[in-house]
Amino acid sequence: MIRVVLPAHLRTLARVPGDVELEVEGPLTQRSVLDALEARFPMLRGTIRDHVTLERRPFLRFFACEEDLSHESPDAPLPAAVASGREPFFIIGAIAGG
Amino acid sequence: MSKVRVLVGTRKGAFILTSDGKRDRWDVSGPHFAGWEMFHLKGSPADPNRLYASQTSGWFGQIIQRSNDGGKTWETPGGEAIPVPGAMPPPASNKFAYDVSPETGKPLTTHQWYDGTQHSWEFKRVWHLEPSLTDPDTVYAGVEDAALFRSTDGGKSWHELSGLRGHGTGPEWQPGAGGMCLHTIVLDPSNPQRMFIAISAAGAFRTDDGGKTWRPINRGLRSPYIPDPDAEIGHCVHHIAMSPTRPGVLFMQKHWDVMRSDNAGDSWQEVSGNLPTDFGFAIDVHAHEPETIYVVPIKSDSEHFPPEGKLRVYRSRTGGNEWEPLTKGLPQSDCYVNVLRDAMAVDSLDSCGVYFGTTGGQVYASPDAGDTWAPIVRDLPAVLSVEVQTLP
Repeated sequence: MIRVVLPAHLRTLARVPGDVELEVEGPLTQRSVLDALEARFPMLRGTIRDHVTLERRPFLRFFACEEDLSHESPDAPLPAAVASGREPFFIIGAIAGG
Repeated sequence: MSKVRVLVGTRKGAFILTSDGKRDRWDVSGPHFAGWEMFHLKGSPADPNRLYASQTSGWFGQIIQRSNDGGKTWETPGGEAIPVPGAMPPPASNKFAYDVSPETGKPLTTHQWYDGTQHSWEFKRVWHLEPSLTDPDTVYAGVEDAALFRSTDGGKSWHELSGLRGHGTGPEWQPGAGGMCLHTIVLDPSNPQRMFIAISAAGAFRTDDGGKTWRPINRGLRSPYIPDPDAEIGHCVHHIAMSPTRPGVLFMQKHWDVMRSDNAGDSWQEVSGNLPTDFGFAIDVHAHEPETIYVVPIKSDSEHFPPEGKLRVYRSRTGGNEWEPLTKGLPQSDCYVNVLRDAMAVDSLDSCGVYFGTTGGQVYASPDAGDTWAPIVRDLPAVLSVEVQTLP
């Protein structure tokens, strides 16, 4: 079981009070995490990555284990600490403006 | 006794204002979807408890919300159920994918960018939702970059009516200051095959075959700020209104000029008359008097506030040209708010109510066709849209 931390607005949209726990099959990558997240919460499709290109939306970033993974390949393996559930996978709204 | 429900979209959420037919005491519900830009909310004429809402965010993109109980509860169509593992995923209610050429798989067309070069269409948001007059599950969406989509399954899935972009003038369309948006959809109650739309800055278009084919209806519009002032395409139409009691007669607030057409848009005449300025965004028609129209003059296209700091609705009882200022109850000094294109609406009670919202967060109501005004609320986030439902 892995943990995903969503931005507040997406927690509201998905109607979850806090972190999301997900069972992910196969190798743990950004793509497999997002596939599992969107399958469980269909209302999140299109809000994190584009419907057609499946690219990350420009104002969102992915972090784990204090590393910015936003520009990693979506098929690159995620850290073992995320796979074990010890560390969460963060989806974070990038700050724009003041 | 009849009731009125006012649906208000703001920069930071939606609000629902309800009153009985007297319209002097109001209940305020909200914010719904707090923190999100709520571009537009509108109820189905066929089922007033069915509401649709456009929820947008620069971070998270487009969401479509739907209510089946008049706005008490909401759902994202297609996203409400957790699918069984391995099952087909539900359709995505926020997926607005532009049609591509069936032959080549490439984009249908490009449009003109601000610098005159050609640019690909990119979906940004839904500006306007127009539910069908007869079917609660059918709803049209006007989007930026400009295109028209339709859902026939209650907002679960959307399909472009691409005859509009594909009719040949797409490469001449260009964004206005607010983006290249399809912001106005008017359905003809006397002819289900006929529909009018408007785009900034391309102009007005009409279909007579249910959305398959379209043609520009901009003859008579004159825009000195474009290279050919009388061009078929390129006019910055801000809004169009039509009385359901007299389809075919259209009123338009253009970037500059208030216009009128008596032949379903085939030709237009200017009716700005004695307005203090003919720039503005909102325009609407009295529910029972098809020659009574309302506008809110705005000083200019760079100063988006009322002239002299006086918030005045102007009413014409002669279908244009002769206008009277309506000021009773509206601030007449130091007022520098704007009234956006979708932020004015009328109810259909015997004494027609008129409503508008401002970028300063006020929503004003007049229960007597504009003679007197009072704020329903004063301190909402900037108001993007106002729609009214008259309920039995």
